[in-house]
Formats: sequence, structure tokens, C-alpha cells
Amino acid sequence: MIRVQSLNKTFRVAQRQAGLAEAVKALFSREYSTIQALKDVSFSIQEGEMVGYIGPNGAGKSTTIKIMCGILHPDSGTCEINGRIPWRDRKNHVATIGVVFGQRSQLWWDVPVIDSFKLLKDIYGVGEQVYRRNLDELVELLGISELLVKPTRSLSLGQRMRCELAASLLHQPRILFLDEPTIGLDAVSKIAVRQFMKKLNQERGTTVILTTHDMQDIEVLAERIILIGRGQILLDGSLSELKRRSTALKTITMEYRGDVPRLGPGMKLVDSREGRLVLELDPAMCSASEAISALAAQVEVLDLSISGVSAEEMVASLYQEYKI
Amino acid sequence: MMKYLALFRIRFSNSLQYRAAAAAGMVTQFAWGFMEIFAFRAFYRANPSAFPMEFSQVASYIWIQQAFLAIFMVWFYENEIFEAISNGAIAYELVRPMDLYNRWFAQSVANRMARAILRSLPILLVACLVPPPLRISLPASGLQFALFSLSFFLSLGVVVAYTMIVYVITFFTLSPVGIRIIAAMLADFLAGAILPLPFFPDRARAVAELLPFAAMQNMPLRIYTGHISGVEALGGIGLQVFWFMVLLLLGRLMMKRALQKVVVQGG
Repeated sequence: MIRVQSLNKTFRVAQRQAGLAEAVKALFSREYSTIQALKDVSFSIQEGEMVGYIGPNGAGKSTTIKIMCGILHPDSGTCEINGRIPWRDRKNHVATIGVVFGQRSQLWWDVPVIDSFKLLKDIYGVGEQVYRRNLDELVELLGISELLVKPTRSLSLGQRMRCELAASLLHQPRILFLDEPTIGLDAVSKIAVRQFMKKLNQERGTTVILTTHDMQDIEVLAERIILIGRGQILLDGSLSELKRRSTALKTITMEYRGDVPRLGPGMKLVDSREGRLVLELDPAMCSASEAISALAAQVEVLDLSISGVSAEEMVASLYQEYKI
Repeated sequence: MMKYLALFRIRFSNSLQYRAAAAAGMVTQFAWGFMEIFAFRAFYRANPSAFPMEFSQVASYIWIQQAFLAIFMVWFYENEIFEAISNGAIAYELVRPMDLYNRWFAQSVANRMARAILRSLPILLVACLVPPPLRISLPASGLQFALFSLSFFLSLGVVVAYTMIVYVITFFTLSPVGIRIIAAMLADFLAGAILPLPFFPDRARAVAELLPFAAMQNMPLRIYTGHISGVEALGGIGLQVFWFMVLLLLGRLMMKRALQKVVVQGG
């Protein structure tokens, strides 16, 4: 159980203009600017939840994760995870969580993966039997049995990420923090990673908190979304709530033969070229089937597609709405 | 404790792999060792009585120093630690249920010992085979050797505790370049890496012998050669224990402060 209350965090960043003269000036006096990374951030997460924590770059996602992992001290506010304050009681706290930073590696570069696992076993003080059982289970779920004897440096990114996931779960953490776990992965690896996380959450009941820029991750995984921008929580709810919040327009793309058709109510022209038409449809005013029959009555339709708003576009429109 | 031992083990076996680096290091150390010994020999030929140590003592001093360079020299830093701090990889070290100070300490000791083991044996072997005036001599007695061993490990502790402070300072400066060079130059000069402390002018020597740097290679090397022995050696070991404790406490305190203010770099 995670309870975060009015967290604030600021960073002081040295600034200087480009150029040699400025660089010399910076030797004697520096200008600092303060960046408010988190502004009064509050939320709580129940045991067994799977939460997508999203926001544009620099929104404060990683800062929040780092505070929850006990790495950073906030300026003010509280955070309690399973009864502990992460940064006060770091050693005990981190023994109960698992963390994957998608952009870094926790496996030792030059040694076989299994050696890294053994070291983690000793670091977390996992008993031999528990370790065996966990390892077997993770190896099977993630399909990494042939990878164990290879040195980390020889693994592809997708292979490595699967090993990273296993590494972060050897000590059976109750909470798993994933900071951009699918970054840079190909489609197959992404799907494997997602399936695994879903299983982990459903079967072991592990609480999963996930930051990502990949909206498909969110669509597949997260029942709940927390949207953060410029250090503030903007939205906290389910994906369907998010969909309701955003403009629910659909896009129709049509190839046709004949004259340019007249548009009925609820339809808005986006792009029209010879024999090709893109328009926006407001389902509240005109349903998709009405629109299609209205168009088909006027021209010969060669090809037609309707797309709903993807999570990606929704988030982009929310970013715009909140000006972040 | 188990976890630090496990870390020590993996580090140690990892460093043992770097045979080419060890071979290259050995060649450098031979060259350097011979050069230093010949330079001293030239001075001694001019006037053997003008110097505070006997020539055979100087030869032993230099051979042991070269054989265990990886133990004694401050500039054998852990680049991995500097990188972890400046690029943010430290995030992964902080999510482990370990004390960061102990962890880095174990890692440093492991790497230094692994490197020293690879390099010391061939160097010592050659040092025993070269003709007499240049040859290394054995400690005067078993007791002297025991004192040397004790002092040897204490100097390793002092050196690592000193480098730990350099690492912690990097939390604040972010770029390690300046501090690491200053710290290494200062320490190596005042620890007798370039010139043994007995060769310093009297006043400078009196001050240098009380500094923490005197608790580094200066002490075990002079005990080995017999330049310091008996009660004086015990006093020297006492000084080492003192400085080891001081540096250890200071480093831990600074680490604690740093972690409260730490900014983990990168997203």
C-alpha cells in the first residue's frame, strides 16, 4: 500500500549561455535556476493495483519513482510505502521492492547473467530454496533459459530487458517499479514484456507501477492512469475515464470515385485531394454508419477506414489541453 | 556481511580476468622500478654516507612499492564509481539493501587486491634474481615481517578510505577530473611514492610523518626495509589505525550528507 501526500521537490540547475565568454564568466559566478520537479503530488495505490504513470519528458515521473524507491529525499511532503518512509529507512524499504530502470542495466556487463543473479541472491539474502523456485519460475515465464550463461554484453536489448525483469524479481518484491521498461524494444519483445507483467500482477498479486511513453503499454496493462505534467498530477483515473475526458472524434479516410461529396452535420473536412478524403466525425452528432451511408449515397467508395482516438492522441490532446 | 563478501568475490574474479592490462602494468613497473633504482644508485655512488637510508633498503623499498602498486597508489581509482555518480547509474546501487559506503569499500579492496596479486609475483621474482646491489632483501626477522603485513593491510585501508572521500566529493562537483588529480598528486607525493619520506628536508619530514599520507605506503615500506622497527614500528602502526578511523568516519559522515542532497543524474 502506497500513500503519497503533497510531495514537493525542486532542483537547482546551473545555467549558462553558449560560448567561450560565457564559459569563462561561469568560472566566477554562476546563475542558477530552480526547477520545480514536483508540486504538491498526492495519490495512493492499493496492494495489487497496476498503475500507469504517464506524462511528457521532464514531467516529474522519474523523480516520483526515485522518491518512492528511497533514492531521493523530497523537499516536503510524505510518502509511506508498506508502513515505511522510503528515504528514512532505505535499506529495509528497498528489500521489499523491485525496480527496473529501462535506460540502465543492473546486470554486470562482463559476467554471465546467472552470476549477476547469484550476486543479487546474496545481496538480498534470498534462501537457496526460494531462490531456486523463483529462478525456475521466472526463467520459464520469460523464456530466458539459454540466456543465463551468456555475458550481459552479448545480449540484445530485448533479451537483456527480460533478464532485467527476472533480476528485479528474484527476491519476490511486493511492489515493482518499472521506469520505461519497454523503451527501445521491438514489437515482439514489447509484447513478451507486457504479457509477463500482466501475469505477474494477476498471479502473484504484485503491485506494479509503470512509467512509459508507449501508449500501447498503457492500453494493454494499466487499469488506472496517473497523468503528471510540469510536476503536478493532472488526472487520476481509469483509461475509459481518460477517453471520456478527451475529445472523442473519429477520423474517416476514404478513397472514392466521383465528385467531391457534400458533408452532413457532425462531419468536418480535414483534407481533400483528388479521389481521397479525410474528415473528422463527431459521433455525438452523426453515427459512423449514418456517415458512411451518407457518403456512399453520393460517390462510389473504393476504400474506407474509420479510426477511433488512440490513447496516444488522447494523451497528446490532454497535454495540449493542460499546456504541458 | 555475506553480501559484501559476495560482492568482493565477484569483483575479485572479474578483475583477475584482465591479464593484458596486468601484463602492460608489469612492464611499466619494471621499467619504472629499474629507472628509480639506477637513479638512486648514481647518487649513492657519489657519496653513500650522505643519505638517510642504506642503498639496499632503498632497493627493497622500490621493489615492494612496484610489486604492490595497486595496493598503495591513490590513483588506482574505481572509474566505475565516478561514472555511476556522474551519469546516474548510482540509482541501481541505491535500490539495493546495502550500505553504499561498505559496498564501494568492498569493491575497491577487491579490485586492488586482485590487481596486486596478478602483478606482484612476477615482479618479486625478478627482484630476487637481479644482481646483489639491486636485489630485494628479506625482512630482518619474522617479527619484522609480521609488523610489515599488519602495516600493509592498514595502508590499504587508509588508501581506500581516502579515495572514498574523493568519490563522495564527486557527488557535489559532478566532474571528478579536478579533485581526483589533486587528491592523488598530494597523497602520492606526501606518502613517499616519488621520494621516500626520510629523504625529505628535516622540517618538511617532521610534518609529513604525522599526516594521514604517512599512514599509506610510507609505513609498510619502511617497516619492510627495516628503516623503522621495534617500538617505532608499533607507533607507526598506531598512527595508521588512528588515520584509518578518522578517514573512515569522515567518509561515512560525508556520504550520509551527500545522500540527503544527492541529485541522481539523468531521467
